Amino acid sequence: MALQKQEITLGDIALRNAEAESELSGDRMVFSAGPSHPMTHGVLRLVLELDGDTITKCDPVIGYLHRGSEKIAESMTYNQFVPYTDRFDYIASPANNVAYAIAVEKMAGLTVPERCEAIRVLSCELARLASHLVGVGVYGMDAGALTVFMYAYTLREKVLSLLEALTGGRLTTSYTRIGGVARDLPEGFLGHVSKVCDDALFDIDEMDKLLTRNKIFIDRTDGVAVITKEDALAYGLSGANLRASGVDSDLRRDNPYSGYEKYDFEVPIGTKGDCYDRYLVRLEELRQSVGILRQVVDTMPEGDWYNKEAKKVFLPPKQKVLTSMEELIQNFMITTQGPQLPEGEAYFEAENPKGALGFFVVSKGGGVPYRLRVRGPSFSSLSILPKLTLGHMFPDLTVILGSLDFIMGECDR
Amino acid sequence: MTAAQDQLVETLCSRFEGVSAREISRDSAVNVPAAHLLEVAQALRDEYGYEILTCVSGIDWLGQSPRFGVYYHFHSLKHRSYFCVYSDCEGTDEEPKIPSLAKLYPSADWHERENFDMYGIRFEGHPDLRRMLMWESYPYHPLRKEFPLAGIETELPVADIAEETGAKVIAAPEAGGPFVAKPGPKFMSAREPRARDESWNERTSKPL
Repeated sequence: MALQKQEITLGDIALRNAEAESELSGDRMVFSAGPSHPMTHGVLRLVLELDGDTITKCDPVIGYLHRGSEKIAESMTYNQFVPYTDRFDYIASPANNVAYAIAVEKMAGLTVPERCEAIRVLSCELARLASHLVGVGVYGMDAGALTVFMYAYTLREKVLSLLEALTGGRLTTSYTRIGGVARDLPEGFLGHVSKVCDDALFDIDEMDKLLTRNKIFIDRTDGVAVITKEDALAYGLSGANLRASGVDSDLRRDNPYSGYEKYDFEVPIGTKGDCYDRYLVRLEELRQSVGILRQVVDTMPEGDWYNKEAKKVFLPPKQKVLTSMEELIQNFMITTQGPQLPEGEAYFEAENPKGALGFFVVSKGGGVPYRLRVRGPSFSSLSILPKLTLGHMFPDLTVILGSLDFIMGECDR
Repeated sequence: MTAAQDQLVETLCSRFEGVSAREISRDSAVNVPAAHLLEVAQALRDEYGYEILTCVSGIDWLGQSPRFGVYYHFHSLKHRSYFCVYSDCEGTDEEPKIPSLAKLYPSADWHERENFDMYGIRFEGHPDLRRMLMWESYPYHPLRKEFPLAGIETELPVADIAEETGAKVIAAPEAGGPFVAKPGPKFMSAREPRARDESWNERTSKPL
């Protein structure tokens, strides 16, 4: 083929420069991470646009675990929905049960006795231990420190055994009822809790030694994915993620519920809001939870463990149903007519391990909610991802996702 | 409900036209006309210290007009309190509309997308109003009251798999499924659809 003489114009040079530049920078690659990938801790899918190793766009796709809990709630009596709340944050189910029960009680204007409140605090803090141990342990594993995971899960096993003794279930506890809890503490339970508290402090120290001064862990997390105070508030972050950004907020202390004002605990807050701070806050919260558990064990009040006045709401204990006329009638009425709650609307948020879990109950009377809205803290934690991941390296994504400590059951509901 | 919040309810009622206290709520709450929603939200954020929008929940009052409404729950760290704003939707009952708060509160972005998905409420001025939990081609809004609990049969979202297998997204069989009760009659036996519909059960399949 004969060479054709080509006149080079300025325009062509510009074109060639542009081509050369695009070859250097490479085309943007669209990469779909998940929905089933160990990095995403569940069924989260991230549609990423990558420029080399740098993330230039991130679009989270959620809904793979959507079960329509809010729709189901509209077809169920209040107590029938309790098992569904287990499945929101399924590694800290008792905390969800308690948040749901308090929301409905707030709507109905019910109170519960002191012992019931203390039992609820006990189960909530056990749930926090169980959840943060996964949060810290799996986060360590994400960053390459496998040993921490072993310590975390050994301790978590003991906590789950306690929950099993208390509720009969390790994960799906369904422990609360409207106006009380499902059953009283088993015999000798508080002694077992004290024993686990002793073990827990040892194991938490061990995890602390393995991670906090670990060079590799610090290199991977320090200064990565900084969430500023303003961003954290604007995106509605809550719980440990909010506190790591330097916002001094804890609903257990600021809006105390279920008798949390009686217990003395510190609220750890971060200074920078990076992935390392989020780890530090969770680790310290583990210790504070152990402290709260010890106080609950020491001050557990005697008395009723359910509201005896709530005769149209709380199913009486079975041994009484078969021996006493009044309880038999009460049991019969609740079973045939459903619990009778008044009209009203109430919104309640509880400080769950993952953040503020909110329930909004709208009732038009009777035993079935007209509308139940669940505000999952993980939903809000994930909504910051498009902004947070921008400009970070792809390998950092593992650490960022691990540090946010989200759970898809609660995000998708 | 504290005195400071009662004061805020009164202030908002006198400052904005059409705002009234919402008596039925256990929290402090106001009814706000959709036309004033943005102003009230801005005032709550900038002047009264409600810096977090924690929750946006749509609601379907089937049989009433306007049919749809939206609740906004604000949280203030400074005052350690919550505040609720309820607003009826504008537009028709089939295509309800309400102004979007996503520009004021970035947390509203995903919450509004979810409520659009579930109720079909159009949040006007939202930067990217897509479905959140259901897939993009899904034709219904599942939390509307007329949508059945079991679901409605639809096409599979992945076209090539649907073509090859002929699979569809089918309604859930309710017999043996969740033990459901409907609001309404006094007695539980009358509230359960299974008690009403005995034409099909675990042994005889559902008539098509």
